[in-house]
Amino acid sequence: MTSIAEHERDPVQHGPPRPPGGLRRLLYPGFLRAAWMTPLFFGIGCGIVVLARWWGGWHPIWLGEIIVLVGALTAAPVGFLAGIGAFDYWVRYAIGSPTEPEDHSGHGAYSWKDYFRVNTDHKVIGMQYLATTIFFFLAGGLLAMLVRAELAKPGMQFFDNQTYNGLFSVHASLMIFLFVIPAFAGLANFVVPLMLGAPDMAFPRLNALSYWLLPIAGIMMLSSFAAPGGAFAAGWTGYAPLSIHQPMGTIFFNMGVQWAGASSIMTALNFLVTIITMRAPGMTFWRMPLLVWANFTTSLLVVIATPFIAGSQFFVMFDKVMHTHFFDVAGGGYPLGYQHIFWFYSHPAVYIMMLPGFGIASEVISVFSRKPIFGYRLMALSLMAILVLGFSVWAHHMFVSGMAPWLRVPMMITTLMIAVPTGIKVFSWLATIWEGKLNFATPMLWAVGFVSMFVIGGLSGIYLGAVPIDIHTSDTYFVVAHIHYVLFGGSLFTIFAGIYYWFPKMTGRQYNEKLGKLHFWLTFVGFNLTFFPMHLIGTQGMPRRVSDYAPQFGTWNLFISIASFALGASTIVFLYNMVTSMRRGAPAESNPWRALTLEWQVSSPPPIFNFDEIPQVVGNPYEYGVPGARHAVLNGDRAATDTEVRSH
Amino acid sequence: MRRGSIVQLIVIGVLAGAVASAVALIPNWLPTSASREAGRIDFVFWFVTGICIFVFSIVAAVIIYAVWKFRAKPDDDSDGPPIHGNTGLEIVWTAIPTMLVTAIAIVSAIVLAKDDAAGANPLRVNVYAQQFFWSYTYPGFGNKPSVILRLPVNRSVVLTMHAKDVLHSFWVPEFRQKQDLVPGLTPTLHITPDRVGTYPLICTELCGLGHALMRSRVIVMQPDAFERWAARKGP
Repeated sequence: MTSIAEHERDPVQHGPPRPPGGLRRLLYPGFLRAAWMTPLFFGIGCGIVVLARWWGGWHPIWLGEIIVLVGALTAAPVGFLAGIGAFDYWVRYAIGSPTEPEDHSGHGAYSWKDYFRVNTDHKVIGMQYLATTIFFFLAGGLLAMLVRAELAKPGMQFFDNQTYNGLFSVHASLMIFLFVIPAFAGLANFVVPLMLGAPDMAFPRLNALSYWLLPIAGIMMLSSFAAPGGAFAAGWTGYAPLSIHQPMGTIFFNMGVQWAGASSIMTALNFLVTIITMRAPGMTFWRMPLLVWANFTTSLLVVIATPFIAGSQFFVMFDKVMHTHFFDVAGGGYPLGYQHIFWFYSHPAVYIMMLPGFGIASEVISVFSRKPIFGYRLMALSLMAILVLGFSVWAHHMFVSGMAPWLRVPMMITTLMIAVPTGIKVFSWLATIWEGKLNFATPMLWAVGFVSMFVIGGLSGIYLGAVPIDIHTSDTYFVVAHIHYVLFGGSLFTIFAGIYYWFPKMTGRQYNEKLGKLHFWLTFVGFNLTFFPMHLIGTQGMPRRVSDYAPQFGTWNLFISIASFALGASTIVFLYNMVTSMRRGAPAESNPWRALTLEWQVSSPPPIFNFDEIPQVVGNPYEYGVPGARHAVLNGDRAATDTEVRSH
Repeated sequence: MRRGSIVQLIVIGVLAGAVASAVALIPNWLPTSASREAGRIDFVFWFVTGICIFVFSIVAAVIIYAVWKFRAKPDDDSDGPPIHGNTGLEIVWTAIPTMLVTAIAIVSAIVLAKDDAAGANPLRVNVYAQQFFWSYTYPGFGNKPSVILRLPVNRSVVLTMHAKDVLHSFWVPEFRQKQDLVPGLTPTLHITPDRVGTYPLICTELCGLGHALMRSRVIVMQPDAFERWAARKGP
């Protein structure tokens, strides 16, 4: 590791080599090269379409939908990735050129410009993920504001029906595929290698590529508003056969999911290999922090489940553009097949969007209660139980779908059984704060806020799990309330907890505590005022995904809309806090929360290769209150005692 | 724990339970019940609500008490007691939720089986959904067509669902029953209306442009009035 330490002392030789001058600059990886390679690949894509159609004798040879699909949504993004240099190393290797010795020039960030190129440093990639996902969070949030504006009164206000259907479809897709899932991946990208005592992820180039697929997916989904006929409007669930008969915007969703899904799968593989092979000496599985456990289970879910949604979207797209009949009854297709494949991914996806949050909550609650996490092993095992059970419940989204009726009771039983491991987690968090020395700094507010909101979301999940109640409430605002209690009160609250918790580590500066607390309370109150009444109008008879509704729901909807605008405005406090604290916040100590996990034992922000010397892990990560207990031994620290090394 | 703390904890729990019960009882959560199935579904709803209020009260009491009592003083840098777990407690909070959800599953399965069984001599109606309206035929009355669903009170009805284009969903909140209409499939839905009146029929599966407006109504009539209507020629 000495060579790393030497690099550390001499940052001048790091950073990207100075780009060549003149025309050769056009060949240098970066946005300039992407600016000509993207149109070039678009042209190649168009050429393939035209050639194939001419050769096959299909008319017209130039067909807008196919050109957009192959040229703009498939080939052009590949050109962009090639242009910025995501494939350079592999291409050089594949064509047999001498590979360049790794000089770490693509590693670390020395100026803001380094965040805008292909960077292999997991910490830089983590920040790239977070900045990108927050951008799409804001975009998705604005779409939600437009949805609530339309719903403030019965009747049609601002949008026509197709536009309205597009608004909520893109809102959900951005929040799910471009915010919650990748925001967790971003936080984990920054934190997991540090927590493991590793210098980086196992496959840094793959890590960089996974990130750069994301903006492509997000821009694709957003730009569907510009497609002829408007944005995709069949909901984020995109049920066939409606989605097959929609305007061109649908293929922007079909392909956006492919890019986001590929990103997700690559990152998950990377996490799995990193967690299995790159743990520091002494870091046994039973010594891993629960955040690492959570990302381990999440990655397994991603790797197993994501190919199913990729398949479902390909089938819809083939039905639409190639006139296959996967889901078209007239041609022998089976519409319910779509729902089965879709939910076989999308139910596990609910856990993909929640388990990393469980991990964050465990870290924060233990540190800010100054107590070991209660029932550590059962906490890890309940994650695994959710992983396994999570694959056996998909059809609870389909109780009224017309599927085989006998399937409902078994799916109800497995669904209700998931309440048990989830309950174990909630009760263990409560037992962890019990008799603790609670410090309600902003991350802890979000974490405890998460537990309380998630309990409500979990209980409304019990209603939906019971088939008779689900038959009444399915596809009503009760479901809208439930998913927002789980994904907003659950996932988003923990994302905020994580952002505030690791902000000092990521930026080297402390956020503004007062503004952090203000942000929490505004969000907490606005969130409940917005989403709790939705339970009521749902059971009373208001369906979801409607731009117009019966006048009896007018008062509540106006109330909800006003509350939602306040909720939206609370985000401004968050952004202001982040931007000003990043620039002018007080310098952060290396371990402001007095936490034991490894990421807090290095400087804030961490050195370029994380650890000058590989740490020796000697104990559990949550031994608060245990006299003399240590999690790991680092540089300059007293060496591990024999008992510590032996006692696993 | 001291006895005083236990009393405080219980008081908070009771208060939380009272607030939750008020939220459950004061607003009108469910529309008027107009079918026998609705009565049974409402029973499951309130059964689950009771269990949820119980769980909510415990969790709320613990959180509120902890936030109130265990806050560290600003200058207190000490750690809490190093409690790593308690096997007995962990068994309890695994076993009790398992029993509660098992009870919910059993009650639900029984109600589902009852709601799925059509009564003797049911009235059969074909329901057709297409973008964006509903229509019906009555096979027992010479396939009499109708654009409004009319049903006799207190007679078991079997609705056979047909979708002509995309997915739709048949929902009458007052009946509580719901069924998707799927191209190529003919799922059925059982309803036994038990209250004369006119109720909204709502499409609850996103079906395109006019989905929000795909609303209609169901008229539940006295049996003799229904027979007279059904015997008339034409829609």
